[in-house]
Amino acid sequence: MNQLETLRVAIRALLRNKLRSFLTTLGMIFGVGAVVATVAIGEGARSAVEEAFASMGTNLLVVLPGSSVTGGARGGFGSQPTLTWDDLRAIRSEVPSARYAVPYLRSSSQVLSEEQNWTTQVAGTEPDYFEVRSWPMALGTRFTDSDVDTGTKVVVLGGTVADKLFGPNSNPVGQTVRIRNIPFQVVAVAARKGQTPTGQDSDDVVFIPRTTFQGKIQGGLGKFLQGTIFISATNAATAEREVTDLLRDRHRIGGPSEDDFQIRNLAEVASAQEESSRTVTLFLAIVAAVSLLVGGIGIMNIMLVSVTERTREIGTRIAVGARGRDILRQFLGEAVVLSVAGGLLGITAGVVTARWLTAAFHWPVAFRWDVMILAVVFSGAVGVLFGLYPARKASRLDPIEALRYE
Amino acid sequence: MAGPLIAVQDVTKVFRMGDVEVRALRGVSLEIATGEFVAIRGPSGSGKSTLMNILGCLDRPTTGRYLLDGRDVAPLDRDALARIRNRMLGFVFQSFNLLNRTSAIENVELPLLYAGLGRTERRRRAAEALERVGLGDRLDHTPNRLSGGQQQRVAIARALVSQPKVILADEPTGNLDSRTSVEVMALFQELGRSGITIVLVTHEPDVATFVGRVIVVRDGHIASDRRQVPARADPSTLPAEDAG
Repeated sequence: MNQLETLRVAIRALLRNKLRSFLTTLGMIFGVGAVVATVAIGEGARSAVEEAFASMGTNLLVVLPGSSVTGGARGGFGSQPTLTWDDLRAIRSEVPSARYAVPYLRSSSQVLSEEQNWTTQVAGTEPDYFEVRSWPMALGTRFTDSDVDTGTKVVVLGGTVADKLFGPNSNPVGQTVRIRNIPFQVVAVAARKGQTPTGQDSDDVVFIPRTTFQGKIQGGLGKFLQGTIFISATNAATAEREVTDLLRDRHRIGGPSEDDFQIRNLAEVASAQEESSRTVTLFLAIVAAVSLLVGGIGIMNIMLVSVTERTREIGTRIAVGARGRDILRQFLGEAVVLSVAGGLLGITAGVVTARWLTAAFHWPVAFRWDVMILAVVFSGAVGVLFGLYPARKASRLDPIEALRYE
Repeated sequence: MAGPLIAVQDVTKVFRMGDVEVRALRGVSLEIATGEFVAIRGPSGSGKSTLMNILGCLDRPTTGRYLLDGRDVAPLDRDALARIRNRMLGFVFQSFNLLNRTSAIENVELPLLYAGLGRTERRRRAAEALERVGLGDRLDHTPNRLSGGQQQRVAIARALVSQPKVILADEPTGNLDSRTSVEVMALFQELGRSGITIVLVTHEPDVATFVGRVIVVRDGHIASDRRQVPARADPSTLPAEDAG
């Protein structure tokens, strides 16, 4: 008897007892369904977080100036300008792992168009900032290095600001806006980035060349850089170490003294997030293993009952010429069909549940095909593992005893 | 083929039940020729069931030889015996042993499934066998929709379907009323006339009158072995079968 025929016999035997077969697979259905649904939800959450971090820019370091200490009261970071333009130049020339290093000065200010006004963050920076943040333009062309050199009065609007001043879906490129009563020509609108991982609107900002910022918005402090430095690194950890060493050296901080600046490594935050989601995935895997185990025990239980109940059937089959291995394969086939069917139905149930959660609560879900395939393979393995004992028991029955069994 | 179809030579069977040895057969020899219709009778515990199991290749003798169609089957392993049961023997049981919730034709197909026949061939031969026992119009009936006599005829069709040399029937009329018993015996007689060898075990004296040879087993020996002119099984002389 070939495999296909065995499978057909097994399925026919299961269909003879539809309700019981279905109830037996319920354990597998719930186990696999729960795994598929929770993995989809977990993955959805994870990819949402990842996307948010990716929108910040990859391998991003932010150098913040240090704190002031006035009579024992310590100010926060940035309360005292400690970074200099020379520090920036030194980072650019002496830290090879820093691909870009750009200053970022900011001030809250009202921006006016002909008809509207909006208070937002005005940032003075350089064109490379858009490289660091992987931030393309939606409309127009961003300002250039020569704009920075000459201090041109041009502005790149964030998506939110463009909406507020000119209305949605408008093209403000070429128009004029006024900041602190100074007219700026709009050269571009930046593409939307959405929310930051902390829930702030990334697009509620306008960018102007940092020289223009220093000259028109906020009076310069000479050699001090009154803002932060964004660094895009080839390797965040290396760059962090190198920049720390360089700045400590330049600021003559020796031995145990505290840094007078701070470096934030966003890659670290992202990887910590990923670490925690990996832990969650591990727990899910354990839950999955336990639920499959429970499902498998359920199948073994019913198969043992089935073997006892069908002793005469087994005896008859042996009498008319079934060999031990035919019986073994039939019952093993039944167990595997039950468990794989449970796995497949479980996947369906999981997908339906996850989709429902998306529809009802707008939870982001992401289906992992590898998890589903693994679930089916595991279900099959559970079927073999837990079906083997009952099947062996069936195949070793003495036909004379089995035929007489009441 | 020269020689008898079945030749049992000085067969003994000893069962071990803990420390106790039970000698179910104490040296049985018998020969059955092709086409014979034989009944084995004897009180319970006489060894007739053990003898039947050995004839059916469900059990092996402790000592002695059993030649089936000239071949010694005593030394064969389980798989080889399964093959012989499948190809050369047909079984009919007292309680029919049909698979429930399974159509008559699928029940009859069962031996062919293990013979490795293709689906269409199985169908065709199973339908033929059911035709032969007079159930050509009940192919798709499940056992619970058939009367006792019909169920036993399905079982006989199952025994016939692989075209065996011998049909072994263990109390085939034990669960049937007297009229149906006669019907089943009539069917056996008809099969016997077409050349099939039939061995049945029975304790009913009436049933034994329809066969051509009666072997009585007692205490593990053959007590008597005599041939007779079989009575004709004619169900029309009996009251009608109860409906159901």
